[in-house]
Amino acid sequence: MTAIDTGPVPLGPTQLRRLRRDYFSSPVSTLISVLCFGLLLSIGWVLFDWGVLRATFAAEARQPECQAAGGACWSVIANRWRLIFFGLYPYEEQWRSALACVAVIVTMVLSCIPVFWTGKRLTAVWALGFLTFYVLMKGGMLGLLLVREEQWGGLALTLFIFVATAIIGMPLAIAFALLRNSTLPWIAKTTGAVIDAVRSLPLISILFTFAIVLPFVLPDFVLQEKLYRVIAGSALFFAAYQAEIIRGGMQGVAKGQDEAAMSLGIPYRHRVARILLPQAFRNALPATINQFVITFMETSLVVIVGFFELLSSANAAFGTSDWTFAFVEVYVFVAFLYFIFVFGLSRYGAYLERRMATGQR
Amino acid sequence: MMTLLQHQKSRNALLQILYVGVLLALVVTAALTARHNLQAQGILSGWSFLWKSTGWDMTFSLLPTSSSDPYWWFLLMGVLNTLFLGIIGLAFATLVGGLVGLARVSENKAARLLGTIYLEIFRNIPLIVQVFFWYALANRLPSPRQAIEAGGALLSNRGIYLPGLNIAGWSVAAGFLALAIGSALLLWLSLARRFRRVAPALRRRRASTVALVTLGTLMVLFFLGHAPDSPLLTLPELKGLNIRGGYRIQPEIYALAFAIAIYGGAYIGEIVRGGFIAVGRGQTEAAKALGLSEWQSFTRIRLPLAVRAMLPILTNQYVWLIKATTLGIVVGFADFFMVVASAITHSGQTLELIGILMAGFLIINFSLAAVMNRINRAIALKGHQNRS
Repeated sequence: MTAIDTGPVPLGPTQLRRLRRDYFSSPVSTLISVLCFGLLLSIGWVLFDWGVLRATFAAEARQPECQAAGGACWSVIANRWRLIFFGLYPYEEQWRSALACVAVIVTMVLSCIPVFWTGKRLTAVWALGFLTFYVLMKGGMLGLLLVREEQWGGLALTLFIFVATAIIGMPLAIAFALLRNSTLPWIAKTTGAVIDAVRSLPLISILFTFAIVLPFVLPDFVLQEKLYRVIAGSALFFAAYQAEIIRGGMQGVAKGQDEAAMSLGIPYRHRVARILLPQAFRNALPATINQFVITFMETSLVVIVGFFELLSSANAAFGTSDWTFAFVEVYVFVAFLYFIFVFGLSRYGAYLERRMATGQR
Repeated sequence: MMTLLQHQKSRNALLQILYVGVLLALVVTAALTARHNLQAQGILSGWSFLWKSTGWDMTFSLLPTSSSDPYWWFLLMGVLNTLFLGIIGLAFATLVGGLVGLARVSENKAARLLGTIYLEIFRNIPLIVQVFFWYALANRLPSPRQAIEAGGALLSNRGIYLPGLNIAGWSVAAGFLALAIGSALLLWLSLARRFRRVAPALRRRRASTVALVTLGTLMVLFFLGHAPDSPLLTLPELKGLNIRGGYRIQPEIYALAFAIAIYGGAYIGEIVRGGFIAVGRGQTEAAKALGLSEWQSFTRIRLPLAVRAMLPILTNQYVWLIKATTLGIVVGFADFFMVVASAITHSGQTLELIGILMAGFLIINFSLAAVMNRINRAIALKGHQNRS
């Protein structure tokens, strides 16, 4: 047998070859790699130097000490974290606000576990979590001091608006989606017009309308509290978007499913609740998580209609004269808080997408 | 009555009438209550306030405004401001998004890493936090006397001062209009189906005629707008306590545009990446097999196919970004929403102004979507899909 020449034998370990393929495959690629790493390292170094090496952490440090050190002044967080987290909530009662936040976060984490993914269990978990939050925050019962909604603030208010929006918005979204998919043309068309109108408006204008215009429009006894009006507006906005997502999920459900159920004589409400919606939600899960992410970020818009939520209390945290210089640190801190929630949620969404992609095959 | 209810058709009709009727009744009751409440405060409904003078000033407008101008003029200027900021934001966001998207689909792992880090950081922080941050930073720049100089431009807390041409504002506005019409014509010439069969040489000649005419119009406009006894170029320089000359870009505008470009860029980057992933591997491999170079395969095969895949999603993102300009209210940029909000506080004509606001955004967003859909239809491959 003659030996067949198979070309040059690969030299060196595979690790090295992979490195070459990924970063140095051509001169241009080498240049790009060097530039990118240079940029990353220099930005990383500047941030590390500013945020850790030359930063001041001591709670008693003020502007002179911080500027002498030349880095970030985390003392502002050490001094003002209560304001950022709890807003104007009474000082002695702030443990309740903290506990309420924990309750909501636990609820959110629980509803991410597939064991709870049935309509009843999800409803139970969210109702329980929300009730715990509300009782803890509001008080006035079980021996807790009454704290009115105007005094709520900081992270707790942000979470409250988010959770309330989701709880009211989700059933509304399902109703919208079903109505828009109705076989009765007039119901489908009017619902479609309402959804499209809401979707084409900016959320700020809806919040503004609900906060400032609605008192003129409604009789005196409905929705007295501004907070609940704003939540209603935010829920309407959420529902309009979520309805389209659910409708997209419904379109992915094979028509035969509904026809088969109909031929078995299953009534409409069971057809929807047991056959259509579970499959539609499965199809729409990635988009739904994405919508939750966006909704969480958009709770910060209520700052415009004058609420003291996370962003607004952050603005107040550097609002006094001895801390005005430290705005970057406060914004970095708040951005980090939002980042944890939003990044966690979106990573979870990506995980779900992978998980479902394997299940589908 | 019972037999009527048992009949499917009549039951359906009744249901629909009931549904639409309840919705209508809600709207009518709301409007009546509002009118009653407003009349109690001495505010008469109607559109006559549009011709009254406002009595307050706009912080920024493209065409001159004063406090004696009527409301309709202010509202129009607000729409113009929204479009102005929206177009700037969209353009820069698309640029940033294109770069990030390309970095994310690059074969080079370092570029992918950089793109991913950018995306994850800026996509996961609310836009309004970013707007607040850049605006606070812009306001903490040194005062005009200690302005930072960079390539003829001056950076200070009163804004960025860029060197520019010494011409009147109206001719700049007209120039922009001419430029917009010229580029729209060029786009139409190159995309529209009806010119598809025209010989390439003729097409090129037509395109160059359009380009030349646009350029000529621009020159003429600039010449007319140029004051005869002033130098053509104006450079910003410190005079006394303030900076004179050059073009001033207010901190509100560039902070907002910057935030929109960075945040929108992250989202558009993901759309661009999705577009490139949608191009089948077979297409790239076929290009390689035919001996096309990397560059040719990118410009002739992957990019055109990717653009077709990303356009529909891009439309939604553009509509979203236009709506994001309403954040102007947190930094005091007089966009459409802020003008409406201040008009409400000053005139009290709540219902009419909310109606105008809704109609305005409906028109802006629907026309944007219509334009994008038109482009989409013009470039869509008939009977083809992005085959793998």
